[in-house]
Amino acid sequence: MCLAVPGKVVEIDKNKEHGIVDYGDGTKRKANISLVEVKVGDYVLVHAGFAIEVLDEKDAQETLDLFREMLSAGEDV
Amino acid sequence: MFSLKNKKFAEEIISKIKASDVKLKFMHVCGTHQDTLVKHGLDVLLKECGIEIGQGPGCPVCVTTPKEIEEMLLLARKGKIVTTFGDMVNVPGETQSLQSMKTEGYDIRTVYGIEDAVNLAEKYKDKEIVFMAVGFETTAPTTASVLLKDPPSNFSILCCHRTIPSALKALLDMGEIKIDGLIEPGHVSTIIGTEPYEFISKDYHVPQVVAGFEPLDLLMAVWMLVQQIQQGKTCVQNEYARAVNKEGNVKAQKVIDEVFEPGDKKWRGFPVIPHSSLELRSKFETYNAQRKYESDLKEISNKEFKEPKGCRCGELLRGLLLPQECPLFGTQCKPENPVGPCMVSIEGSCSIEYRYTK
Repeated sequence: MCLAVPGKVVEIDKNKEHGIVDYGDGTKRKANISLVEVKVGDYVLVHAGFAIEVLDEKDAQETLDLFREMLSAGEDV
Repeated sequence: MFSLKNKKFAEEIISKIKASDVKLKFMHVCGTHQDTLVKHGLDVLLKECGIEIGQGPGCPVCVTTPKEIEEMLLLARKGKIVTTFGDMVNVPGETQSLQSMKTEGYDIRTVYGIEDAVNLAEKYKDKEIVFMAVGFETTAPTTASVLLKDPPSNFSILCCHRTIPSALKALLDMGEIKIDGLIEPGHVSTIIGTEPYEFISKDYHVPQVVAGFEPLDLLMAVWMLVQQIQQGKTCVQNEYARAVNKEGNVKAQKVIDEVFEPGDKKWRGFPVIPHSSLELRSKFETYNAQRKYESDLKEISNKEFKEPKGCRCGELLRGLLLPQECPLFGTQCKPENPVGPCMVSIEGSCSIEYRYTK
Protein backbone atom coordinates (compact mmCIF):
# COMPACT_ATOMS: atom_id res chain seq x y z
CA MET A 1 0.00 0.00 0.00
CA CYS A 2 2.78 2.41 0.80
CA LEU A 3 4.58 1.40 -2.35
CA ALA A 4 5.91 4.42 -4.21
CA VAL A 5 7.49 4.21 -7.63
CA PRO A 6 10.23 6.57 -8.83
CA GLY A 7 9.81 8.29 -12.17
CA LYS A 8 10.86 11.37 -14.11
CA VAL A 9 8.55 14.35 -14.60
CA VAL A 10 8.47 14.97 -18.35
CA GLU A 11 5.56 17.39 -18.59
CA ILE A 12 3.62 19.71 -16.32
CA ASP A 13 0.04 20.79 -17.00
CA LYS A 14 -0.91 24.44 -17.29
CA ASN A 15 -2.74 24.32 -13.97
CA LYS A 16 0.45 22.96 -12.33
CA GLU A 17 -1.64 20.40 -10.49
CA HIS A 18 -0.80 17.41 -12.66
CA GLY A 19 2.21 16.24 -14.61
CA ILE A 20 3.23 13.33 -16.79
CA VAL A 21 5.68 10.94 -15.14
CA ASP A 22 7.90 8.63 -17.18
CA TYR A 23 8.70 5.47 -15.25
CA GLY A 24 11.50 4.48 -17.58
CA ASP A 25 9.92 1.19 -18.61
CA GLY A 26 7.81 2.62 -21.40
CA THR A 27 5.06 3.66 -19.00
CA LYS A 28 4.01 7.28 -18.81
CA ARG A 29 1.17 8.27 -16.55
CA LYS A 30 -0.51 11.36 -15.23
CA ALA A 31 0.26 12.15 -11.59
CA ASN A 32 -0.93 14.82 -9.21
CA ILE A 33 2.05 17.02 -8.30
CA SER A 34 0.33 19.36 -5.82
CA LEU A 35 2.12 17.89 -2.79
CA VAL A 36 5.60 18.68 -4.09
CA GLU A 37 7.58 21.53 -5.62
CA VAL A 38 8.65 20.04 -8.90
CA LYS A 39 9.96 21.01 -12.32
CA VAL A 40 10.32 19.12 -15.59
CA GLY A 41 13.28 16.74 -15.40
CA ASP A 42 12.98 16.08 -11.65
CA TYR A 43 12.66 12.56 -10.31
CA VAL A 44 9.68 11.98 -8.02
CA LEU A 45 8.26 9.15 -5.93
CA VAL A 46 4.68 8.43 -6.96
CA HIS A 47 2.17 6.83 -4.62
CA ALA A 48 -1.50 6.22 -5.51
CA GLY A 49 -1.33 8.73 -8.34
CA PHE A 50 0.38 11.48 -6.33
CA ALA A 51 4.02 12.57 -6.34
CA ILE A 52 4.91 12.48 -2.64
CA GLU A 53 8.56 13.55 -2.78
CA VAL A 54 11.21 14.83 -5.13
CA LEU A 55 14.22 12.54 -5.19
CA ASP A 56 17.58 14.15 -5.00
CA GLU A 57 19.65 12.40 -7.65
CA LYS A 58 22.86 13.65 -6.13
CA ASP A 59 21.83 12.25 -2.73
CA ALA A 60 20.91 8.99 -4.41
CA GLN A 61 24.28 8.61 -6.03
CA GLU A 62 25.97 9.47 -2.78
CA THR A 63 24.11 6.74 -0.92
CA LEU A 64 26.53 3.99 -1.86
CA ASP A 65 29.53 6.13 -0.93
CA LEU A 66 27.90 6.88 2.40
CA PHE A 67 27.32 3.16 2.94
CA ARG A 68 30.96 2.44 2.24
CA GLU A 69 31.98 5.05 4.73
CA MET A 70 29.68 3.66 7.39
CA LEU A 71 30.97 0.16 6.85
CA SER A 72 34.53 1.19 7.37
CA ALA A 73 36.05 0.33 10.72
CA GLY A 74 35.51 2.44 13.79
CA GLU A 75 32.30 4.11 12.63
CA ASP A 76 30.32 6.02 15.17
CA VAL A 77 26.55 6.31 15.39
CA MET B 1 19.01 6.22 -11.93
CA PHE B 2 21.09 4.43 -9.31
CA SER B 3 21.62 0.87 -8.26
CA LEU B 4 21.37 -0.57 -4.82
CA LYS B 5 21.63 -4.18 -5.87
CA ASN B 6 25.40 -4.54 -5.62
CA LYS B 7 25.95 -8.17 -4.55
CA LYS B 8 29.52 -7.74 -3.37
CA PHE B 9 28.49 -4.89 -1.16
CA ALA B 10 25.63 -6.95 0.28
CA GLU B 11 28.04 -9.74 1.13
CA GLU B 12 30.28 -7.24 2.84
CA ILE B 13 27.45 -5.98 5.06
CA ILE B 14 26.32 -9.51 5.88
CA SER B 15 29.82 -10.56 6.92
CA LYS B 16 30.01 -7.50 9.19
CA ILE B 17 26.70 -8.41 10.81
CA LYS B 18 27.77 -12.03 11.21
CA ALA B 19 31.06 -11.02 12.80
CA SER B 20 29.21 -8.97 15.39
CA ASP B 21 27.89 -12.24 16.88
CA VAL B 22 24.50 -11.04 18.11
CA LYS B 23 21.11 -12.58 18.80
CA LEU B 24 18.47 -9.94 18.17
CA LYS B 25 14.85 -9.52 17.21
CA PHE B 26 13.88 -6.62 14.99
CA MET B 27 10.52 -5.51 13.68
CA HIS B 28 9.51 -3.53 10.64
CA VAL B 29 6.07 -2.19 9.79
CA CYS B 30 5.95 -2.23 6.03
CA GLY B 31 4.78 -4.81 3.52
CA THR B 32 7.28 -3.58 0.94
CA HIS B 33 10.09 -4.22 3.42
CA GLN B 34 8.74 -7.71 4.00
CA ASP B 35 8.57 -8.29 0.25
CA THR B 36 12.24 -7.32 -0.19
CA LEU B 37 13.30 -9.46 2.78
CA VAL B 38 11.55 -12.61 1.59
CA LYS B 39 11.97 -12.15 -2.17
CA HIS B 40 15.76 -11.86 -1.86
CA GLY B 41 16.08 -14.45 0.92
CA LEU B 42 17.42 -11.82 3.30
CA ASP B 43 15.22 -13.09 6.13
CA VAL B 44 16.93 -16.48 5.94
CA LEU B 45 20.42 -14.98 5.57
CA LEU B 46 19.91 -12.68 8.53
CA LYS B 47 18.51 -15.48 10.69
CA GLU B 48 21.80 -17.30 10.11
CA CYS B 49 23.49 -14.16 11.46
CA GLY B 50 21.36 -14.26 14.63
CA ILE B 51 18.83 -11.66 13.53
CA GLU B 52 15.13 -12.31 13.26
CA ILE B 53 12.96 -9.71 11.55
CA GLY B 54 9.19 -9.83 11.75
CA GLN B 55 6.45 -7.67 10.28
CA GLY B 56 4.29 -5.77 12.72
CA PRO B 57 1.08 -3.85 12.00
CA GLY B 58 2.48 -2.44 8.77
CA CYS B 59 -0.12 -3.31 6.18
CA PRO B 60 -3.01 -0.84 6.01
CA VAL B 61 -5.34 -3.34 4.37
CA CYS B 62 -4.56 -5.94 7.04
CA VAL B 63 -5.20 -3.64 10.02
CA THR B 64 -8.54 -2.44 8.64
CA THR B 65 -11.19 -3.94 10.91
CA PRO B 66 -13.94 -6.39 9.94
CA LYS B 67 -16.47 -3.69 10.88
CA GLU B 68 -15.04 -1.19 8.38
CA ILE B 69 -15.24 -3.87 5.69
CA GLU B 70 -18.84 -4.66 6.66
CA GLU B 71 -19.71 -0.96 6.39
CA MET B 72 -18.44 -0.91 2.80
CA LEU B 73 -20.31 -4.13 2.01
CA LEU B 74 -23.50 -2.62 3.38
CA LEU B 75 -23.07 0.61 1.42
CA ALA B 76 -22.66 -1.47 -1.75
CA ARG B 77 -25.84 -3.41 -0.88
CA LYS B 78 -27.62 -0.08 -0.47
CA GLY B 79 -26.80 0.79 -4.08
CA LYS B 80 -23.74 3.01 -3.79
CA ILE B 81 -20.81 2.64 -6.19
CA VAL B 82 -18.08 1.44 -3.88
CA THR B 83 -14.48 2.18 -4.84
CA THR B 84 -11.21 1.20 -3.23
CA PHE B 85 -7.68 -0.06 -3.84
CA GLY B 86 -7.15 -3.48 -5.42
CA ASP B 87 -6.20 -5.42 -2.31
CA MET B 88 -9.09 -4.21 -0.24
CA VAL B 89 -11.78 -5.71 -2.46
CA ASN B 90 -10.63 -9.25 -1.71
CA VAL B 91 -10.51 -9.04 2.08
CA PRO B 92 -13.36 -11.10 3.48
CA GLY B 93 -15.76 -9.51 5.93
CA GLU B 94 -17.80 -11.74 8.22
CA THR B 95 -19.85 -13.10 5.34
CA GLN B 96 -18.21 -12.09 2.08
CA SER B 97 -15.80 -9.73 0.34
CA LEU B 98 -16.42 -6.76 -1.94
CA GLN B 99 -15.12 -8.93 -4.78
CA SER B 100 -17.77 -11.59 -4.17
CA MET B 101 -20.42 -8.86 -4.11
CA LYS B 102 -19.17 -7.70 -7.48
CA THR B 103 -19.88 -11.14 -8.93
CA GLU B 104 -23.42 -10.78 -7.53
CA GLY B 105 -23.84 -7.64 -9.62
CA TYR B 106 -23.14 -4.89 -7.09
CA ASP B 107 -21.13 -1.95 -8.34
CA ILE B 108 -17.63 -2.30 -6.89
CA ARG B 109 -14.77 -0.51 -8.65
CA THR B 110 -11.05 -0.95 -8.08
CA VAL B 111 -9.16 2.32 -8.43
CA TYR B 112 -5.49 3.24 -8.63
CA GLY B 113 -5.97 6.32 -6.46
CA ILE B 114 -8.63 8.59 -5.02
CA GLU B 115 -8.66 10.86 -8.09
CA ASP B 116 -10.04 7.95 -10.14
CA ALA B 117 -12.93 7.69 -7.66
CA VAL B 118 -13.65 11.43 -7.95
CA ASN B 119 -13.64 11.09 -11.75
CA LEU B 120 -16.34 8.42 -11.40
CA ALA B 121 -18.40 10.81 -9.26
CA GLU B 122 -18.11 13.45 -11.98
CA LYS B 123 -19.09 10.94 -14.65
CA TYR B 124 -22.06 9.37 -12.82
CA LYS B 125 -23.72 12.43 -11.32
CA ASP B 126 -26.91 10.52 -10.47
CA LYS B 127 -25.01 7.89 -8.46
CA GLU B 128 -23.46 7.98 -5.01
CA ILE B 129 -19.73 7.15 -5.04
CA VAL B 130 -18.00 6.05 -1.84
CA PHE B 131 -14.21 5.68 -1.66
CA MET B 132 -12.81 3.43 1.06
CA ALA B 133 -9.84 5.52 2.13
CA VAL B 134 -7.35 3.09 3.65
CA GLY B 135 -3.67 3.79 4.17
CA PHE B 136 -1.13 5.29 6.50
CA GLU B 137 0.48 8.72 6.38
CA THR B 138 1.74 8.01 2.85
CA THR B 139 -1.78 7.84 1.47
CA ALA B 140 -3.59 10.30 3.76
CA PRO B 141 -2.32 13.45 1.96
CA THR B 142 -3.74 12.15 -1.34
CA THR B 143 -7.19 11.92 0.28
CA ALA B 144 -6.76 15.29 1.95
CA SER B 145 -5.72 17.16 -1.16
CA VAL B 146 -8.69 15.81 -3.10
CA LEU B 147 -11.14 16.87 -0.37
CA LEU B 148 -9.62 20.35 -0.37
CA LYS B 149 -10.57 20.67 -4.06
CA ASP B 150 -14.33 20.49 -3.38
CA PRO B 151 -15.15 17.16 -5.04
CA PRO B 152 -18.76 16.64 -6.23
CA SER B 153 -21.45 16.24 -3.56
CA ASN B 154 -22.18 12.66 -4.69
CA PHE B 155 -18.67 11.71 -3.54
CA SER B 156 -17.73 10.67 -0.01
CA ILE B 157 -15.14 8.59 1.80
CA LEU B 158 -15.21 5.90 4.44
CA CYS B 159 -12.21 7.17 6.34
CA CYS B 160 -9.90 4.37 7.48
CA HIS B 161 -6.60 6.26 7.59
CA ARG B 162 -4.30 5.30 10.43
CA THR B 163 -0.95 6.54 11.71
CA ILE B 164 2.14 4.47 12.40
CA PRO B 165 3.90 6.02 15.44
CA SER B 166 0.83 5.54 17.68
CA ALA B 167 0.62 1.88 16.68
CA LEU B 168 4.29 1.37 17.55
CA LYS B 169 3.65 2.95 20.94
CA ALA B 170 0.66 0.66 21.51
CA LEU B 171 2.72 -2.37 20.56
CA LEU B 172 5.52 -1.43 22.96
CA ASP B 173 3.03 -0.62 25.74
CA MET B 174 1.41 -4.04 25.33
CA GLY B 175 4.82 -5.58 26.04
CA GLU B 176 3.96 -8.94 24.48
CA ILE B 177 7.19 -9.23 22.53
CA LYS B 178 10.78 -8.20 22.87
CA ILE B 179 11.81 -5.71 20.17
CA ASP B 180 15.52 -4.94 20.01
CA GLY B 181 15.18 -2.53 17.11
CA LEU B 182 12.67 -1.05 14.70
CA ILE B 183 13.05 -0.57 10.97
CA GLU B 184 10.76 2.33 10.13
CA PRO B 185 8.83 2.56 6.85
CA GLY B 186 10.49 4.69 4.20
CA HIS B 187 7.47 6.12 2.49
CA VAL B 188 5.47 6.88 5.64
CA SER B 189 8.63 8.70 6.74
CA THR B 190 8.84 10.57 3.43
CA ILE B 191 5.71 12.34 4.63
CA ILE B 192 6.18 12.54 8.42
CA GLY B 193 9.98 12.81 8.58
CA THR B 194 12.05 11.16 11.29
CA GLU B 195 11.07 13.32 14.25
CA PRO B 196 7.75 11.58 15.15
CA TYR B 197 9.70 8.39 15.98
CA GLU B 198 12.08 10.03 18.41
CA PHE B 199 9.93 9.45 21.50
CA ILE B 200 10.26 5.70 20.93
CA SER B 201 14.03 5.76 21.25
CA LYS B 202 13.87 8.26 24.11
CA ASP B 203 11.06 6.72 26.20
CA TYR B 204 11.30 3.05 25.26
CA HIS B 205 15.03 2.88 24.50
CA VAL B 206 14.50 1.14 21.19
CA PRO B 207 16.97 1.86 18.37
CA GLN B 208 15.35 2.82 15.06
CA VAL B 209 16.42 3.18 11.46
CA VAL B 210 14.25 4.58 8.66
CA ALA B 211 14.97 2.41 5.64
CA GLY B 212 14.45 2.28 1.89
CA PHE B 213 13.28 -0.74 -0.04
CA GLU B 214 16.23 -2.16 -1.95
CA PRO B 215 18.00 -5.21 -0.48
CA LEU B 216 21.03 -3.05 0.38
CA ASP B 217 18.81 -0.54 2.16
CA LEU B 218 17.50 -3.21 4.50
CA LEU B 219 20.86 -4.84 5.11
CA MET B 220 22.32 -1.45 5.87
CA ALA B 221 19.43 -0.65 8.24
CA VAL B 222 20.07 -3.92 10.11
CA TRP B 223 23.77 -3.12 10.35
CA MET B 224 22.99 0.37 11.66
CA LEU B 225 20.68 -1.10 14.34
CA VAL B 226 23.35 -3.64 15.34
CA GLN B 227 25.86 -0.83 15.69
CA GLN B 228 23.53 1.24 17.85
CA ILE B 229 23.02 -1.74 20.14
CA GLN B 230 26.71 -2.56 20.32
CA GLN B 231 27.53 1.03 21.15
CA GLY B 232 24.74 1.18 23.76
CA LYS B 233 22.93 3.98 21.91
CA THR B 234 19.29 4.42 21.04
CA CYS B 235 18.36 6.97 18.45
CA VAL B 236 16.57 7.40 15.11
CA GLN B 237 18.86 7.09 12.10
CA ASN B 238 17.90 7.70 8.53
CA GLU B 239 19.22 5.23 5.99
CA TYR B 240 16.81 6.46 3.28
CA ALA B 241 18.17 9.99 3.03
CA ARG B 242 17.51 10.09 -0.72
CA ALA B 243 13.76 10.29 -0.02
CA VAL B 244 13.40 11.16 3.66
CA ASN B 245 14.53 14.12 5.72
CA LYS B 246 14.01 15.05 9.35
CA GLU B 247 11.06 17.38 8.67
CA GLY B 248 9.32 15.20 6.09
CA ASN B 249 7.08 16.62 3.37
CA VAL B 250 5.81 19.73 5.15
CA LYS B 251 3.36 20.58 2.36
CA ALA B 252 1.74 17.14 2.70
CA GLN B 253 1.65 17.44 6.50
CA LYS B 254 -0.18 20.78 6.22
CA VAL B 255 -2.75 19.27 3.89
CA ILE B 256 -3.29 16.35 6.29
CA ASP B 257 -3.67 18.72 9.23
CA GLU B 258 -6.15 20.91 7.40
CA VAL B 259 -8.48 18.01 6.64
CA PHE B 260 -7.97 15.52 9.48
CA GLU B 261 -7.68 15.46 13.23
CA PRO B 262 -6.29 12.61 15.33
CA GLY B 263 -8.78 10.10 16.69
CA ASP B 264 -8.82 6.85 18.64
CA LYS B 265 -9.37 3.77 16.52
CA LYS B 266 -9.41 0.02 16.71
CA TRP B 267 -6.86 -1.82 14.56
CA ARG B 268 -7.29 -5.46 13.62
CA GLY B 269 -5.50 -7.50 16.28
CA PHE B 270 -5.33 -4.52 18.63
CA PRO B 271 -7.70 -2.81 21.02
CA VAL B 272 -8.61 0.84 20.38
CA ILE B 273 -5.30 2.70 19.94
CA PRO B 274 -5.36 6.30 21.17
CA HIS B 275 -4.53 8.99 18.57
CA SER B 276 -3.94 6.36 15.89
CA SER B 277 -6.40 7.47 13.24
CA LEU B 278 -7.04 10.45 11.04
CA GLU B 279 -10.66 11.55 11.32
CA LEU B 280 -12.28 14.13 9.06
CA ARG B 281 -12.60 17.55 10.63
CA SER B 282 -16.18 18.82 10.98
CA LYS B 283 -15.67 21.17 8.01
CA PHE B 284 -15.46 18.09 5.77
CA GLU B 285 -18.36 16.25 7.41
CA THR B 286 -20.37 16.24 4.15
CA TYR B 287 -17.73 13.92 2.67
CA ASN B 288 -17.87 11.55 5.64
CA ALA B 289 -19.74 8.45 4.43
CA GLN B 290 -20.37 7.31 8.01
CA ARG B 291 -22.34 10.50 8.68
CA LYS B 292 -23.83 10.91 5.23
CA TYR B 293 -25.24 7.38 5.22
CA GLU B 294 -25.87 7.07 8.95
CA SER B 295 -29.37 5.69 8.36
CA ASP B 296 -28.07 3.12 5.83
CA LEU B 297 -25.40 1.98 8.29
CA LYS B 298 -27.66 2.05 11.37
CA GLU B 299 -28.38 -1.68 11.28
CA ILE B 300 -24.72 -2.49 12.01
CA SER B 301 -23.72 0.54 14.05
CA ASN B 302 -23.73 -1.36 17.35
CA LYS B 303 -22.88 -4.76 15.96
CA GLU B 304 -19.59 -6.45 16.78
CA PHE B 305 -17.90 -8.36 13.97
CA LYS B 306 -15.65 -11.29 14.68
CA GLU B 307 -12.37 -12.26 13.03
CA PRO B 308 -12.69 -15.20 10.62
CA LYS B 309 -12.74 -18.55 12.44
CA GLY B 310 -9.25 -19.86 13.15
CA CYS B 311 -7.61 -16.76 11.63
CA ARG B 312 -4.50 -15.63 13.49
CA CYS B 313 -3.85 -12.41 11.56
CA GLY B 314 -4.26 -10.45 14.80
CA GLU B 315 -1.32 -12.20 16.48
CA LEU B 316 0.67 -11.90 13.27
CA LEU B 317 0.10 -8.14 13.17
CA ARG B 318 1.35 -7.88 16.75
CA GLY B 319 4.53 -9.73 15.76
CA LEU B 320 3.73 -12.78 17.91
CA LEU B 321 3.52 -15.24 15.07
CA LEU B 322 5.14 -15.97 11.72
CA PRO B 323 2.92 -16.91 8.75
CA GLN B 324 4.19 -20.50 8.63
CA GLU B 325 3.29 -20.94 12.32
CA CYS B 326 -0.42 -20.42 11.61
CA PRO B 327 -2.17 -23.80 11.18
CA LEU B 328 -4.26 -22.40 8.33
CA PHE B 329 -1.27 -21.13 6.30
CA GLY B 330 -1.09 -22.84 2.93
CA THR B 331 -3.82 -25.30 3.88
CA GLN B 332 -7.25 -23.71 4.37
CA CYS B 333 -5.78 -20.24 3.79
CA LYS B 334 -4.25 -19.61 0.37
CA PRO B 335 -4.15 -16.53 -1.90
CA GLU B 336 -6.94 -17.96 -4.07
CA ASN B 337 -9.07 -18.65 -1.01
CA PRO B 338 -7.84 -16.37 1.78
CA VAL B 339 -9.22 -16.64 5.31
CA GLY B 340 -7.63 -13.48 6.66
CA PRO B 341 -6.34 -10.19 5.23
CA CYS B 342 -2.64 -11.06 5.63
CA MET B 343 -3.10 -13.68 2.90
CA VAL B 344 -5.04 -11.26 0.67
CA SER B 345 -2.98 -8.12 0.56
CA ILE B 346 0.18 -8.17 -1.54
CA GLU B 347 1.68 -6.42 1.47
CA GLY B 348 0.42 -9.01 3.94
CA SER B 349 3.14 -11.22 5.38
CA CYS B 350 1.24 -14.47 4.66
CA SER B 351 0.70 -13.53 1.03
CA ILE B 352 4.40 -12.61 0.67
CA GLU B 353 5.56 -15.82 2.35
CA TYR B 354 3.28 -17.90 0.14
CA ARG B 355 4.31 -16.05 -3.03
CA TYR B 356 8.02 -16.68 -2.64
CA THR B 357 8.26 -19.92 -0.71
CA LYS B 358 5.33 -22.15 -1.68
